[in-house]
Amino acid sequence: MSANELLIWARGSGFNLALALLVVGLLLRGFEIFSLGRKTDLAPARARSPGSGWKTVFSRTLPPLGLVARSPTTYLGGYVFHVSLFLVIFFYPPHIAFLHALTGATWPALATPVVDGIAAMGLAALVALLVSRIGNPVKRFLSGFADYLAWTLAFLPMLTGYLAYHHLTPDYSLTLGLHILSAELMLALLPFTRLFHAVSLIAARWYTGENFGRKGVAT
Amino acid sequence: MDLFPAGLGHDSVGAELARRGVPRREFLSFCASLAALMALPAGSEAAVAAAVSAARRQSVIWLSFQECTGCAESLTRSHSPSLENLLFDLISLDYQHTLQAASGEAAEAARMAAMRENQGKYLVIVDGSVPLANPGYCTIAGMSVADILRETVANAMAVVAVGSCAAYGGLPAAQPNPTGAVPISSLVMDKPVVNVPGCPPIPTVITGVLAYFLTFGRLPELDAQGRPKAFYGETIHDRCYRRPFYDQGKFAESFDDEGARKGWCLFKLGCRGPITYNACATTKWNGGVSFPIQSGHGCLGCSEAKFWDMGPFYQPLSTPTATSRMNLAGAAVAGAAAGLAVLAANLGKKSAAQAAHEPIGVADLVKDKAK
Repeated sequence: MSANELLIWARGSGFNLALALLVVGLLLRGFEIFSLGRKTDLAPARARSPGSGWKTVFSRTLPPLGLVARSPTTYLGGYVFHVSLFLVIFFYPPHIAFLHALTGATWPALATPVVDGIAAMGLAALVALLVSRIGNPVKRFLSGFADYLAWTLAFLPMLTGYLAYHHLTPDYSLTLGLHILSAELMLALLPFTRLFHAVSLIAARWYTGENFGRKGVAT
Repeated sequence: MDLFPAGLGHDSVGAELARRGVPRREFLSFCASLAALMALPAGSEAAVAAAVSAARRQSVIWLSFQECTGCAESLTRSHSPSLENLLFDLISLDYQHTLQAASGEAAEAARMAAMRENQGKYLVIVDGSVPLANPGYCTIAGMSVADILRETVANAMAVVAVGSCAAYGGLPAAQPNPTGAVPISSLVMDKPVVNVPGCPPIPTVITGVLAYFLTFGRLPELDAQGRPKAFYGETIHDRCYRRPFYDQGKFAESFDDEGARKGWCLFKLGCRGPITYNACATTKWNGGVSFPIQSGHGCLGCSEAKFWDMGPFYQPLSTPTATSRMNLAGAAVAGAAAGLAVLAANLGKKSAAQAAHEPIGVADLVKDKAK
């Protein structure tokens, strides 16, 4: 298969396959998680805390006091990577064109040199997070295959996109094809890996917040 | 330096140029542009001029197979009259369907004579692809083009595949490829093959490759796809004068909006400049006047393999070529069904656990007195 054939496959059949797997996975996991539900808590609530679930959705986006200083790589690296990934996905002109083709919606883009700088920071943050994960004995002990898989799935599209943008490989079409394929791999595996937190994050935080509020725990 | 000395052989390029009264200044200017095009070091134009001037007229056999004659048109009708055309005249074009005066048996005899008289020294230029599904799809003088190619290249020095059809199969090889069209490089294994793709290729690039051969007596440095690096070393996007607009995020959204009038980037209108390696943005067309992007249309990527199969021409490169709604609906149904199946399985598991549950009383928690 030549580079152009790979690109054609990635933009056509590969994308349809990835999208199908994403939809199947999202519905499957959604049903699985939400349909089981929880047992009704028969104990009376210790405190009235309206909106504690929604409050937690936002409050947990901020770092707990003091922990940034104790674990700067985890927190700062995490923030830089997540913000970078968000901006690169949603504000790089070709990505907007892609989302426009899918949804019909469009919005202003960031200048490509700005996105380039943001992507470089995101890549650096991912590398720092990996080094920290491997270098710290506690984090290393807590890490398993699923963690490294999620890291790889996030890293590959960022890396191939950066290589393609800067023409750092001899064959641009091949790099672009690999970039699209790596993004499709991320989409296809998102529901079945730790990347699913991108979807479950809000519901999980809301549930935790509501539960804590009911038990009188600060959210 | 005397470019056209009296001692040159009567069949040399220099002698022919002198006979035609081509001014020395014009010839040197042409050689300088050739040297620049081929990315040769500064000052090498004199060496190019001397070598081209002294070169013997190169015997060339031009074969046309499954093609539209656009490549020959591009070369011969580009910006006539020009020195490029003259130089083209100055190769000994011994066989070419469109241009030769001879026809029928006389034409085939000319091909055989050129092959015999220049054994091991002649160049074969091919435009068009070769159909393998059925030899009868394309024949010349009763012979299948595959046989003609085999016979002609047997004693050739090298083969130049001109145009995307010859280089990659082109339009005839586009899905579903009804004639089983293949590129020249898949049939010629024992001779050097230079691919000069494009639909059509830039005339200067064709003459540039020939001039390089005349100058150095060897073929230019090629990339992994057999294309001369001097002309196909960079993408259209990288050398495009509209590139700054891409970097600034300024795009034409339609062919007649404000962005289009201001000359902004055509990426969103399907321009394939980012994946297309060619010299259009630098060499340009029609004597360096313009190229497609300059006239307001995105690059079609015509010098890339499979460019006909790369999806709609007016869709951005970063978008999927065909999102199947049926596929998506099917996935949604499958996902929901799988979710329900998992739900049923989980509920079954939960019920089984409840059924198997044995209540524990205080008595069960008291240590067994017997122990």
